[in-house]
Amino acid sequence: MNNYELMVIFTPVLSEDEYKAAQKKYESFVKDNEGEVIGTKPWGLKSLAYPIAKKTTGLYWVMEYKAPSSFNEKLKIQLLRDDNVMRHMFTVLDKYAVEYNTRKRSGVQYSETEKAGA
Amino acid sequence: MAKANEIKYLTAIKAENRPKKYCRFKKMGIRYIDYKDGDFLKKFLNEQGKLLPRRITGNSLKFQRKVSTAIKKARQMAILPYVTDLLK
Repeated sequence: MNNYELMVIFTPVLSEDEYKAAQKKYESFVKDNEGEVIGTKPWGLKSLAYPIAKKTTGLYWVMEYKAPSSFNEKLKIQLLRDDNVMRHMFTVLDKYAVEYNTRKRSGVQYSETEKAGA
Repeated sequence: MAKANEIKYLTAIKAENRPKKYCRFKKMGIRYIDYKDGDFLKKFLNEQGKLLPRRITGNSLKFQRKVSTAIKKARQMAILPYVTDLLK
């Protein structure tokens, strides 16, 4: 059971409730396969640094979860099949990353350079 | 016999002592560089969006690699551009 972080960019065409429904779909998918969602953070509509699939904005969404190592493959198939998802990225979190994320989520304010992750 | 202090040099002796560069991550005790934090990563990019070398950023090898992987992840997720002009 190691920690992963999934970042997904949805097409900006999605309405608010479709966006929420998509988030819930993946969260429940993690929970069904004995994973555990630690936290999610929807960034909402953000402009992309370069156009992806002819679109210059995207709905960002970040999810941090704990799952067995065999689980990511199944999730990847789901993501590739879903055409609302423009781009997704898995990241493995080491213990410093987990500690950084928990501190970030607890909303403790730091000075600018510290914010990068003390 | 020209005494030592009378010797004139054609060009001035380069003795500018700029401050010693240090690795900000070691000094601040930063252990994880977050790829989602675009504006912090921009400090390590030049105007075209290219990675700055270690001799300019002053990072230690270990953290320069962490910064470069974080920037490449940020570029993949369109947080940072691959190439631009006047990024700053």
